[in-house]
Amino acid sequence: MEDIVIVGAGHAAGQAVASLRADGFTGPIRLIGDEPYLPYQRPPLSKKFLSGELDVERVYFKPPAFYEQAQVDVRLGLSVTGIDRAGHRLLTDKGEAIPYGKLILATGSRVRRLSIPGSDLVGIHYLRSIHDVEAMRAEFRPGARLVVVGGGYIGLEVAAVAAKLGLSVTVIEAADRVLARVTAPVISAFYQRVHGEEGVQIRTGLGVAGFTGVSRVEGVEVAGGEVIPADVVVVGVGILANVELAVEAGLRVEDGIVVDEFCRTDDPDILAIGDCTRHPNGIYGRTLRLESVHNALEQAKTASATLTGSLKAYVQVPWFWSDQFDLKLQIAGLSQGHDTIVVRGNPEEGRSFAVFYLKGGVLIAVDAVNRPMEFLTARQLIATHAEIAPARLADETINMKQIAG
Amino acid sequence: MAKITFVEHDGKEHSFEVENGLSVMEGAVKNMVPGIDADCGGACACATCMVYIEPEWAAKLPAVDSQEETMLSFSDHATSESRLACQIKVSAAVEGLRVKMPKSQH
Ligand SMILES: Cc1cc2nc3c(=O)[nH]c(=O)nc-3n(C[C@H](O)[C@H](O)[C@H](O)COP(=O)(O)OP(=O)(O)OC[C@H]3O[C@@H](n4cnc5c(N)ncnc54)[C@H](O)[C@@H]3O)c2cc1C
Ligand code: FES
Repeated sequence: MEDIVIVGAGHAAGQAVASLRADGFTGPIRLIGDEPYLPYQRPPLSKKFLSGELDVERVYFKPPAFYEQAQVDVRLGLSVTGIDRAGHRLLTDKGEAIPYGKLILATGSRVRRLSIPGSDLVGIHYLRSIHDVEAMRAEFRPGARLVVVGGGYIGLEVAAVAAKLGLSVTVIEAADRVLARVTAPVISAFYQRVHGEEGVQIRTGLGVAGFTGVSRVEGVEVAGGEVIPADVVVVGVGILANVELAVEAGLRVEDGIVVDEFCRTDDPDILAIGDCTRHPNGIYGRTLRLESVHNALEQAKTASATLTGSLKAYVQVPWFWSDQFDLKLQIAGLSQGHDTIVVRGNPEEGRSFAVFYLKGGVLIAVDAVNRPMEFLTARQLIATHAEIAPARLADETINMKQIAG
Repeated sequence: MAKITFVEHDGKEHSFEVENGLSVMEGAVKNMVPGIDADCGGACACATCMVYIEPEWAAKLPAVDSQEETMLSFSDHATSESRLACQIKVSAAVEGLRVKMPKSQH
């Protein structure tokens, strides 16, 4: 039986191991990751791991014994530097050549780094790994002034945790509202209100020009020259897919390693899964690059099916969650291209409502704040391209389970 | 610590001592019990950690909150005995708990 090598030991890789063994693959599996950790879950990094509620062991995807039982040759702290497709082998930073029969690229993504004056000062953090959290948490002392650059999900989650830990928090966002790239203005306004109520200062429409300080950061300079004092800075301004290996190996890459609905690249012996892929989505009729656990898990399952001889096309409604304070935001679908927004509940008061996005009468996405019923119903309706009258969606006297009419 | 017994769909039993403070879901994952997926890692967002609790135990566990209740109402194999294992905290109070797993979480 051909051996399988997985490059990148993140969430997708961990699930790939579990699925390959569950699907009956008995050949050798080798897992190569450049971080010193077994596959772990990243969502807690900006939530309960950052707050200290969970220790490292509790963020692992599976316990160490799992990999032993699955007889996986795990190589951590090892970086793959090249793919020799003709020779069916990988090159590593330690000068080794590792042969492969089938290869799964699960290289994930990395944070986009700022390169502006002062951006290499001590005390400026990014958030992607356990290592990043450990460095940041050591500086999260009560009373410290934290400036978060970037009002995306991760930035807002960090702000929420830091505020609870007693830091004085300011979020700076270049766009005119937080979460501008991913949600409707009504959601942005809601999050800005709640953060304000919880003591976080949010300042929008403010681009960062640079950082001040001698060796350690002391302030964040924004457009116009104002300097916002800071003891610690966390930057969350988006991520980049790790596609370099694939590019250098001559695989097709379009902001993500291009795969088909079975997670196959244009090389029959190489598959790709998780954050690093650009993949077709049958429900939306276009290709997507997603940054979510659900996608990482489902693509891992798809790849395993492909490699064990039972092709199962990937057809999924994307979903995601974000926890801030007592708010559980659950998102299903993709709102890009919507022409109608319907609000159910009152976002101006309290902390529970949902926003539906429609395109040509068809439900394409939902953002649900402390509204699991709206989230789950919509997730099912999106998969079936359901047409729902906006007035019904907004009418809270109609039970969600009957909403499709 | 509390001893928890996980019963697979086909009746196969696994018993472990699980540390206080972990959830029942974490106890299963840590001990590699098959049948609990836990896609969201305990955020009460995915409903893939559903288990059945025998009626005599149901009353002794903390009540189901509305988030959990709704997630359960959409879970394909849920019954009135269902709980999300990530929402049950382990303590001495659950010593001897038995949970049954569904045939599949999807
Ligand atoms: C702080 C934070 C919070 C998040 N919150 C949520 C959330 O609430 N819900 C949600 O759904 N998603 C969330 N996400 C996104 C989610 O974690 C990712 O989508 C998921 O981790 C993707 O898994 P992956 O395996 O594709 O990639 P990764 O988890 O990025 O794993 C890839 C691994 O490959 C390694 N690697 C890369 N190149 C090489 C190489 N050449 N050689 C060896 N190793 C290599 C990387 O170092 C990394 O360890 C969050 C992410 C972050 C950072
Ligand atoms: S692990 Fe997702 S709901 Fe329990």
